[in-house]
Amino acid sequence: MSAVIDNHGHAHDDHHADHGHPPGLMRWVSTTNHKDIGSMYLWFSFIMFLMGGVMALTIRAELWQPGMQIVQPEFFNQMTTYHGLIMVFGAIMPAFVGFANWQIPMMIGAPDMAFPRMNNWSFWLLPVAAILLVSSLAVGGAGVGWTMYAPLTTQAGPGMDLLIFAVHILGMSSIMGSINIVTTILNMRAPGMTLMKMPMFVWTWLITAYLLIAVMPVLAGAVTMTLTDRHFGTSFFNAAGGGDPVLYQHIFWFFGHPEVYIIAIPAFGVVSQVIPAFSRKPLFGYASMVYATSSIAILSFMVWAHHMYTTGMPVAGQLYFMYATMLIAVPTGVKVFNWVATMWRGSLTFETPMLFALGFLFLFTLGGFTGLVLAMTPVDVPLHDTYYVVAHFHYVMVAGALFSALSGVYFWLPKWTGNMYDETLGKWHFWLSMVFFNITFFVQHFLGLAGMPRRIPDYNLQFTAFNQISSIGAFGFGLTQLLFLYVVLKCIRSGEKAPDKPWDGADTLEWTHLPTPAPYHTFENPPTVK
Amino acid sequence: MNDAVLTETAASNRQTLRRLLVVALLMFGFGFALVPMYEKICEVTGARNVFLPDDVSTQNTQVDFSRKVSIEFDANVQRLEWTFKPVEPYLDVHPGEMTQVVYEIRNTLDRPVTGQAVPSYGPREAAQYFKKIECFCFQQQTLGPGEVRRLPVVFVVDPALPKSVNTITLSYTFFEVAGTRKNPG
Repeated sequence: MSAVIDNHGHAHDDHHADHGHPPGLMRWVSTTNHKDIGSMYLWFSFIMFLMGGVMALTIRAELWQPGMQIVQPEFFNQMTTYHGLIMVFGAIMPAFVGFANWQIPMMIGAPDMAFPRMNNWSFWLLPVAAILLVSSLAVGGAGVGWTMYAPLTTQAGPGMDLLIFAVHILGMSSIMGSINIVTTILNMRAPGMTLMKMPMFVWTWLITAYLLIAVMPVLAGAVTMTLTDRHFGTSFFNAAGGGDPVLYQHIFWFFGHPEVYIIAIPAFGVVSQVIPAFSRKPLFGYASMVYATSSIAILSFMVWAHHMYTTGMPVAGQLYFMYATMLIAVPTGVKVFNWVATMWRGSLTFETPMLFALGFLFLFTLGGFTGLVLAMTPVDVPLHDTYYVVAHFHYVMVAGALFSALSGVYFWLPKWTGNMYDETLGKWHFWLSMVFFNITFFVQHFLGLAGMPRRIPDYNLQFTAFNQISSIGAFGFGLTQLLFLYVVLKCIRSGEKAPDKPWDGADTLEWTHLPTPAPYHTFENPPTVK
Repeated sequence: MNDAVLTETAASNRQTLRRLLVVALLMFGFGFALVPMYEKICEVTGARNVFLPDDVSTQNTQVDFSRKVSIEFDANVQRLEWTFKPVEPYLDVHPGEMTQVVYEIRNTLDRPVTGQAVPSYGPREAAQYFKKIECFCFQQQTLGPGEVRRLPVVFVVDPALPKSVNTITLSYTFFEVAGTRKNPG
């Protein structure tokens, strides 16, 4: 335990050096500190989350009743497009990169990320991309769907070009961030921290970062082809010039399916830290967890065309993609089993992080089941592009990734800020989120099964009641997230002082070797891991 | 951490960076390599050869080329001083084939006349199989003094026409429309 004293003392010795950073805003612009950058990622993602949320509420307000109410169809299509892009690339992904920045160096006993200057660049590219993305609405936008399918994109207005450049910049940011994460994990672990001793969160990020390095360039290629088709006379997707629009879908989903796991795997990582901590037991089946996550990552490259059953694939192709997709349920089942087994006979307590982790476990599994339903080609064909699909991916993206991120914020907030959050308000946040989430999205399963198509601003009269239920839930869910903002601000400003290790069962380095709040510089002398 | 260890870590970090950058660049290239790969896979599996035009038959499958039907055109006037005749007296058509024929009318009077043509068919059961798409009989025709007009009829014979019918007579009779005559002066 002497490391605690040493590091604490060390941090105080360097106290003056710590404040060598410029005052005011320039501190944040020029910072290379992984904790500063992690905080900026998290705040950026929260702002984007609110922006994407407002777009979602615009969609739900329009769908309050059939017929056109408050927006034009073009604008409605832009809202579905920007909501998707902002939530995926602006909110969920940066949130988990924020966790990676804060946690990975502390969890493996490294002083900072491997390339602090590049880390600064990875973050500051994001606001640039976000401004490009949102400003494209001012030049007519592009209501092409977040999947940006040709030939709609090759014919869209100038907003599409801004969208393409925004995706390029987001891709660069992700690739730089991922290279940083892989290098940090591979080269900068404390002595004795072997790969198989790393906390599960670090493992999931190592795998995720590899996925990102592999597929973000493919997305960049796909949008580059769209750009050259639009302006430089190429015909990658233009049938009149010998191209094929279906090719775009293949390239996009070669990126797009691993992207699903890029979002889900760090969420698995957070939950794999939280559930053992509140069960006061080590993670059940650690090694199988590592192998399951790796197999999910590898399989994710081989199943992309299950998004494309209705493009006229040969039956052999449909059969292959159907069985390969169902195969992913095996390692995912291993993970769910391990989380449940971790809780088995544990001494459980249900603080807010645990509640969100359990919410994740229930609802992500439900989203996984509807995923299995959609994996079956004959079932998918009638459900393709209906609200059933919308319900499915919101169960894995919102109740999966977002709940896991909220769980992680409550879990690590004491370590980051030095203060405890308000447990009562946290529990209110969880229960309101849980209830409103299900009000919003559960009914969408029925809408989809009854045949309501997605991305259409109008609908048949008989869908009205369920759409109104869904809209009420959406507004409730959106307002509840303002409560989350209040809880976080209250924690930072006036929360009770948190102990070094507020959670009994937490056993990773940031809890056992570092004071609370975590000092600006940590582990300049690496701890020794037994 | 001593300086030697720091330098060593920095060097190995840079090496990892270079390797990962190469992977990223290769994957960018892989995105473009998917284009010829896709074309090749489509060609080899026979799913679709993107270099060949789609094998869509240009033949109209709605036309029954196995048989021909004779259409005879007949033209009459009833108490009307017009000359009225088909440009061609008869035509052989395939059932399902869209055909256009022309009739010619001349008003031999020195005043404007409004007439209406009424079609009839022989044999009578052919009427339900004879589909007129455009016909001068759909409206009243007003001709000035001595005016000549060439009027089209566009029709299709339904392929469901019974095999026993080999000839259809399309007969028009023009009547002057009552109450349209203007009293001179």
